[in-house]
Amino acid sequence: MGTISLVKARKAFGDAIIIPGVDLDIKDGEFVVFVGPSGCGKSTLLRMIAGLEDLTSGSILIDGKNMTEEAPSKRGLSMVFQSYALYPHMSVRGNISFGLKMAGMPKDEIAAKVAKAAATLNLTEYLDRKPRQLSGGQRQRVAIGRAIVRNPEGFLFDEPLSNLDAALRVNMRLEIMQMHKDLGATMIYVTHDQVEAMTMADRIVVLNRGNIEQVGTPLELYNHPDSLFVAGFIGSPKMNLMDGAPAAPYKCATIGIRPEHLDISREAGTWPATIRLAEHLGADTFLHVDAGLCGMMTVRAEGEYEVASGAKIFLTPEPSRIHRFDKDGKAIRK
Amino acid sequence: MATQQTRALGKLAVAPSVFALFVWMIVPLAMTIYFSFLRYNLLDPNIACSLMHPGQLFDAENRCLAGFSNYTYFLTDPAFFKAMGNSLILVGWVLGISVAGGTLLALLLDQAFYGRGFVRIMMIAPFLVMPTVSALVWKNMMMNPVSGFLAYLFKLVGLQPIDWFAHAPMTAVVIMVAWQWVPFATLILLTSLQSLDEEQKEAAEMDGTPPLSYFWYIVLPHLIRPMTVVILIETIFLLNVFAEIYVTGTGGRAGNLPFLVYQYGLISNDIGGASAGGIIAVILANIVAFFLMRMIGKNLEA
Ligand SMILES: Nc1ncnc2c1ncn2[C@@H]1O[C@H](COP(=O)(O)OP(=O)(O)O)[C@@H](O)[C@H]1O
Ligand SMILES: [Mg+2]
Repeated sequence: MGTISLVKARKAFGDAIIIPGVDLDIKDGEFVVFVGPSGCGKSTLLRMIAGLEDLTSGSILIDGKNMTEEAPSKRGLSMVFQSYALYPHMSVRGNISFGLKMAGMPKDEIAAKVAKAAATLNLTEYLDRKPRQLSGGQRQRVAIGRAIVRNPEGFLFDEPLSNLDAALRVNMRLEIMQMHKDLGATMIYVTHDQVEAMTMADRIVVLNRGNIEQVGTPLELYNHPDSLFVAGFIGSPKMNLMDGAPAAPYKCATIGIRPEHLDISREAGTWPATIRLAEHLGADTFLHVDAGLCGMMTVRAEGEYEVASGAKIFLTPEPSRIHRFDKDGKAIRK
Repeated sequence: MATQQTRALGKLAVAPSVFALFVWMIVPLAMTIYFSFLRYNLLDPNIACSLMHPGQLFDAENRCLAGFSNYTYFLTDPAFFKAMGNSLILVGWVLGISVAGGTLLALLLDQAFYGRGFVRIMMIAPFLVMPTVSALVWKNMMMNPVSGFLAYLFKLVGLQPIDWFAHAPMTAVVIMVAWQWVPFATLILLTSLQSLDEEQKEAAEMDGTPPLSYFWYIVLPHLIRPMTVVILIETIFLLNVFAEIYVTGTGGRAGNLPFLVYQYGLISNDIGGASAGGIIAVILANIVAFFLMRMIGKNLEA
């Protein structure tokens, strides 16, 4: 069913090479998240899969069939756009049913499908409204409804939650995950938010300047980042990275240690540090400290950690949690 | 407080220009209304009826006051109905041609092709030509039955050239006026086409929309608003078409309301009758504008 493979997929706009060449296999029913900083080519890659962007070279296989030259509507994929891209002059019903109508499906069959989708998405009472009479979250549902009724092999999401407020975003995140469970369809989800990536993905694809930096489950990326880029991108707050003197004892160019993997002591430890700023979140306290040769570091203390700015503390890294990188930024595994 | 003061000050500041504009508008209108109630003919100059001697206006022996007779005369003149009909035919055809043609041209110019910028600029040119000039060019260079370009084309394909102004005066006027107004419609519709959301196009592509359905379900609804704006603006200007009819001498058969007013005033020298005609034309135009505004108001809200 819905497997998607990219084979040396390459995209250039004129002289600008956006995707130098990507190889990727996505399994049937998998939830894959493309994550990376803005402008790294996530949307471009997704649009290449959708067929909205032609490949410069390489190919795309869906379900084992070569779909590189196929029209977007023939690929068995549905897309949810960042701006929702609803048709403003059509009712919710019109929006959801438009694709089916274009496909020439009989009217009663369309009505049944729309009713079913509307029921799952809690849109039944809004079916006759126009998009502009809906809230952001409802518009998002309509966009998803439009994708669902086509019964696709795979769903493509391009930053679908970035226009929603924080609380709604968490809700919709859960709903999309639930939908993935219920439908069992393959889903590719693009985001620049690593928290979204970590919470939703079966597998994460980290992109950097159009190249795949690493592919893996959220915990693989968290525990074993292949490169400095992935180490810095995955995890919040960011991993502390130090080069030069602090790295020398570990025989590498750079070491990294996550804020949550540092032990804090008032008496003794590996690195002495001075507290500059404390962020109290209730469950956690993030300390921003000046650790001398190690530079500025972030440390996570559990619970409410009362300290005065300027207080001296000692930090000790958990030895098994230290990440080592060579001078090219590649991880060194023991 | 502060804003209230600012507002009052603002009103005070614009008052002189509002006043000037008001006078500018109201004086000619008031004079036209005034003349429309006079028995005032240039061939029969009755000094007593001029503005110079307001006191004698009301003397019964001068017979200056005409009451509503100018209006009843104008409204019962068979030429009035013919002119009304011609006005409607002209407005209707030019609106139809410029909206349909403008849409087609806008769709064409929205495509990427070599030299698009230049073609777009050239496209606007007819709109910038003075109506009198365009009428002269059409009359002498395009539609002349002997030496005109259209006659040349007709002969080229072995057809009898048409003597446009003698045999199809209304068609000729419609062609000339449409030539001027299609670019205007194109410009407005093209601007609107370019504001069509890119992701919506892509959503339609994902939905597998064929080109004609795409036009019908996505593009056309998007264009309805600018189309109504085009219709409103063009109607107001098209009701006033005069130069094309006057210059080409087609007024006899294709004359519209403004041309009839001209005939009353400057051919029959009947200033009173012409003024009454002018006021009637203003009232009719206002009725049209009222209905158009309501129609468009609804459209702009939706
Ligand atoms: N149609 C285009 N023409 C030229 N450059 C483009 C085009 N679309 C995207 N790009 C460039 O490709 C890069 C990646 O864009 P995009 O895939 O949208 O990034 P992301 O979604 O990861 O933020 C950007 O530098 C952008 O400027
Ligand atoms: Mg993007």
